[in-house]
Amino acid sequence: MHGAGKAPAAITIPLWIWVVAAAGGLFILLPLAAMVTRVNWPQFVPLITSGPSLTALGLSLRTSAVSTVLCIVLGVPLALVLARGQFPGQRLLRSLVLLPLVLPPVVGGIALLYTFGRRGLLGSSLSVLGIQIAFSTTAVVLAQTFVALPFLVLSLEGSLRSAGTRYESAAATLGAGPGTVLRRVTLPLVLPGLASGAVLAFARSLGEFGATLTFAGSLEGVTRTLPLEIYLQRETDPDTAVALSLVLVVIAVAIVGLTFRRTAPKLLNSGGTRDA
Amino acid sequence: MTHSPETSRQVPSGQVPSGQGTSRQVPSGQGTSGAVTVRPAVFSIDAAVADRGMSVSLELSDKETVAVLGPNGAGKSTLLGLIAGLLRPSSGRADLDGRVLFDAGTHWVPAHQRKIALLAQEPLLFPHLTVLDNVAFGPRSAGASRGDARRAARHWLGEVDALGFAHRRPGQLSGGQAQRIAIARALAAEPDLLLLDEPMAALDITVAPMLRKLLKRVLAGRRAIIVTHDVVDALVLADRLVVLDAGRIVEAGPTRLVLERPQSAFAAGLAGLNQITGTVTGHGLVSEDNMSIAGVVDDAAVPGEPGVAVFRPGAVSVFPEPVHGSPRNTFPATITDLEPHGDQIRIRAGALAADVTLSAAADLAPAPGSIVYFVVKAAAVVIYPAKTVRNDEAGPRP
Repeated sequence: MHGAGKAPAAITIPLWIWVVAAAGGLFILLPLAAMVTRVNWPQFVPLITSGPSLTALGLSLRTSAVSTVLCIVLGVPLALVLARGQFPGQRLLRSLVLLPLVLPPVVGGIALLYTFGRRGLLGSSLSVLGIQIAFSTTAVVLAQTFVALPFLVLSLEGSLRSAGTRYESAAATLGAGPGTVLRRVTLPLVLPGLASGAVLAFARSLGEFGATLTFAGSLEGVTRTLPLEIYLQRETDPDTAVALSLVLVVIAVAIVGLTFRRTAPKLLNSGGTRDA
Repeated sequence: MTHSPETSRQVPSGQVPSGQGTSRQVPSGQGTSGAVTVRPAVFSIDAAVADRGMSVSLELSDKETVAVLGPNGAGKSTLLGLIAGLLRPSSGRADLDGRVLFDAGTHWVPAHQRKIALLAQEPLLFPHLTVLDNVAFGPRSAGASRGDARRAARHWLGEVDALGFAHRRPGQLSGGQAQRIAIARALAAEPDLLLLDEPMAALDITVAPMLRKLLKRVLAGRRAIIVTHDVVDALVLADRLVVLDAGRIVEAGPTRLVLERPQSAFAAGLAGLNQITGTVTGHGLVSEDNMSIAGVVDDAAVPGEPGVAVFRPGAVSVFPEPVHGSPRNTFPATITDLEPHGDQIRIRAGALAADVTLSAAADLAPAPGSIVYFVVKAAAVVIYPAKTVRNDEAGPRP
């Protein structure tokens, strides 16, 4: 038996590592604490339940939910193809799928604008059909999906790779066709990875700012999501901005707690590109 | 075992030795000459995997169990993967009861349509399904309703005495229990051919005998290929033994005969015999390094032809000085290793071994590097013809 989870006590870490690590931890915690000290607690509930705040929060939750579904629909096949397929250009495809992760979201927004905008690559054809995507709620969802998709693909592909193909081979020799293997073996086995990927994608969608602002604008009730509302209020009503920020922090903490409670995917380091 | 060993080793099958690559001949023609009304109840494979240096030809009749043994890296698992459809051959063909499984370039039946189940070293039970649903997986995949599949699963769980585990999750089972369920799951798929890849290798040594007993029961009258490293498995479970080395079949025949008269050094090692190859003479054998060995020469051995001499390590006496006497063989030997062997000491000198009693060993005071003389009576040496085993000799019993 291997003593998993028990770190050997004998390993000693140099003292200076502890010091730097503590500084790193503080660097993350201190700004959050600073923000919490600025919260106008007596007015907290009225501030976050004001009309514009609730509208923005509702829009954020709805669009993030839809973009998460879209991420699952597009991301599961992408992850399967990347993890199980063998085809020329596979590595290139992986790099491209991960591109939105390292791309400044504002650049993603511009790219989307030139794709789905009125004079964009697809947008000009779509507008002939009477479909306007840019600066609509659909644009919000597309912007969120664009930036969140790599999170789901990366998380799921990792799960697929670590699950390996041995169970799938066993299922095949028991007479299960590819569809049955996918439905009854592969997906159930990677369900935790899929769930954590979906939660991360949801979180990324919820925090989306740059691409949304560029591609969808900031129309109250239509495209003004919670991060946009916070940014807007920051000038005129800092109390509201801080209160709403705290709401996002609480949601983020809840999501992180929910996702990494049992198994921590190797994705944690790439979650840093919150926004531009 | 009542079959004649000699005939089965010399089946004239008319096959091209698979070493020559792309044989397109149907290797299952025996017994069905002319008539096409009866589908041959035979599994045959004659295929090569170029990038793994594998080239094998093997046939199994209905209800026959064959054990595949061989050193590590010989290609045993590759062979099973090839048959199961998890690996593509570079050339060759395989048939199962008249169905073409693959015919390089033209036919490829995917794993799930072959009706060939593969039981691996690890049970690989699906962790998210109950034991019952694991066993019902095969019938469900074949299109049975949930109820029918579960009924079948209960039957097979009963066959392996594991009905009590039906509602457990695989995580709640011990290794031996899980492997029993895996056997039931493979059987429930009602395969035409069952492949077992070292099914007891990952198990506790105390569990293996019970599982072997179970396998003996369920493999009776079933066509199966079992890869194993344990000669006991071959003796207990298999009708025939095939020795695979470096991707080729180097020896094949009824288990008992292979162990009594091993042709390959690997089989001699399995049987625990000393083996010397050379050329048959009137009274014995001349080894490849020009040593004369006197022994009991088999009638079939023709002087001048290649031959094999075997003798048990227990028949060897060890002396510090050369001993002479007409009906004896004396080999100078440099001791390479000493190890306990039952209540005796096994003295190894290169490929040869001698078993001596503790007191004899104490008198001799042997040490690695010292030179001694292995002496064996001619009556204890059996000499028989060496066969250049071609892969087509791995055919089924007639």
